[in-house]
Amino acid sequence: MSATAAPSQLESRVTQPGRSAGFGHLVLAEWTKIRSVRSTMWTLLLFVIITIGLTALFSWLSVSHWTGPRAPARDAAILADPVGFIFGAGIGLGQLTICVLGVLLITTEYSTGVIRASLLAVPRRYPMLAAKIVVFGVILLVLAELVAFGSFFVGSAILHSRVVVALSDTGVLRATLGAGFYLTVLGIFSLAVGSIIRHTAGGISITIGVVLVLPILAGLLPSSWGAHINAYLPQQAGSLVYKVHQSSGQLLSAWEGFGVFCIWTVLLLGAGTYLLLRRDA
Amino acid sequence: MIEVRDLTKRFGPKVAVDHLSFTVQPGRVTGFLGPNGAGKSTTMRLILGLDHASGGSATIDGKRYAELSNPLRTVGALLEANSVHSGRSARNHLLFLAQTQGLPASRVDQMLDLVGLRDVAGKRAGSYSLGMSQRLGVAAALLGDPEILLLDEPVNGLDPEGVLWIRNLMKDLASRGRTVLVSSHLMNEMAVTADHLIVIGRGRLLADASTEEVIARGSGQSVRVRTPDPDRLTALIEAEGGKALPAGNGAGNGAGNGGEAPVLTVTGVPAARIGELAASASVVLHELTPQLATLEDAFLELTSDSLEFGHLTTAGPARESTDGSTR
Repeated sequence: MSATAAPSQLESRVTQPGRSAGFGHLVLAEWTKIRSVRSTMWTLLLFVIITIGLTALFSWLSVSHWTGPRAPARDAAILADPVGFIFGAGIGLGQLTICVLGVLLITTEYSTGVIRASLLAVPRRYPMLAAKIVVFGVILLVLAELVAFGSFFVGSAILHSRVVVALSDTGVLRATLGAGFYLTVLGIFSLAVGSIIRHTAGGISITIGVVLVLPILAGLLPSSWGAHINAYLPQQAGSLVYKVHQSSGQLLSAWEGFGVFCIWTVLLLGAGTYLLLRRDA
Repeated sequence: MIEVRDLTKRFGPKVAVDHLSFTVQPGRVTGFLGPNGAGKSTTMRLILGLDHASGGSATIDGKRYAELSNPLRTVGALLEANSVHSGRSARNHLLFLAQTQGLPASRVDQMLDLVGLRDVAGKRAGSYSLGMSQRLGVAAALLGDPEILLLDEPVNGLDPEGVLWIRNLMKDLASRGRTVLVSSHLMNEMAVTADHLIVIGRGRLLADASTEEVIARGSGQSVRVRTPDPDRLTALIEAEGGKALPAGNGAGNGAGNGGEAPVLTVTGVPAARIGELAASASVVLHELTPQLATLEDAFLELTSDSLEFGHLTTAGPARESTDGSTR
């Protein structure tokens, strides 16, 4: 190692002092952070493979076992709502990778200690979180829309021999676009939870609890107010946007539900930002 | 210049930093000394805005850290705890830091050359040795070519060559008029590196003086005594209000002289008086040597006083109960 390099190399002063680096620089830095950790890239790849792969698998299984012993009810369901079937399997599981990734993106900063380097560089703190959300949001939006349209085309192509569904059918384009929007907001929702909890295991548990367990628990509540609570839960409300058909007794429209999901996310981000500013790093 | 005024930090009932005031001047290496849990790291984190102060202020050239634009170009910090993602390479770690400050990527390679990590710059930081991690931390601290450097235990885990490298680096930077604050528990390292010392114990200022002054302050106050009858001599010395402790490792009692009488380190009683006491009680002495205090002695003296003081005040035990939460 170059123990003698110090004096000569220190001579080279950094030019252009004083001018504050702008938000664009922070976005660039967050992009470097995301792309330079292999697990992040693997998780994103896993998201694509799981979502499209499961859509293909379940569509193929349904078509190849059409008219099986227990098929009539299932086949009827697919015929009634082919888009719901296509997104049901793939997104149902694929969304969990997004939850994990969103939480990890911020909690690993705490577990590895990078948060100290990050906050020394951006002592006002919230611009760092904002830049992270912008970078993650853009990456997710592009990838999630690709996955949503990919799932739809793969699923509808495989189901084609039994049921024909096209983007031009009523509500289908909205549902497909909506699937991408839903997954994007879900990622930011998870990041917000991570920024509040700061611990990976806790953050992931809570996020997945909200997505998978809370709707089941709310479903056990007595009917009238249970239904109201259920309708306004983040995942329940948010998922309406990728469904073509309104179910009977549905309290919110697709976009209203998505709006509720966005409000949840903004509230959690507000709490996360407040805590980021208040807490010792 | 770093100015700390009345700085206080409480973690629940524990006071980690207690109305601390000092100034770190440019152009010299300032050593920041204190026993574990004294509040050194917490003070540095408060200066850097990572922790929020419960009271008082810490400013850098008159501004709070959070008010600095492009802070890494003003202040470079190496914190004791690791701040690198184990899955990220050294180059990418430095690159994202450089980008936040609007620094060119060429600066990253310059720093990698400086600390000698160029060859492993693309490898995961998790695969680095402690010494390499420490070099990466130094590279991050120097990235913005800052006027002010805060280094928390920088020689931790470094081999002798690395220790020498850090020492020369700090002296070189100070000679160029930079402000260098370096914490350490290695007193001998500070004795040869630091021009000025700030010593704290239990979050309070114990000394803020030049290194020579701190050493001189403790000078001549300890006496090395070798006697076959240490128990009686200890009792005599304690009756005089002094203290006699068996000499610890590294205090010069040497290995391989097992047949010789045990050595005591006496403080609070001058050598001549020890001789008189021994003679009057007929205690045999094999050796009686006044010791010139090293920085280590001076430091132990300062901090043991602070511990005593802490126990005398009623808050003492309660504060100790949550020790270790200061990170």
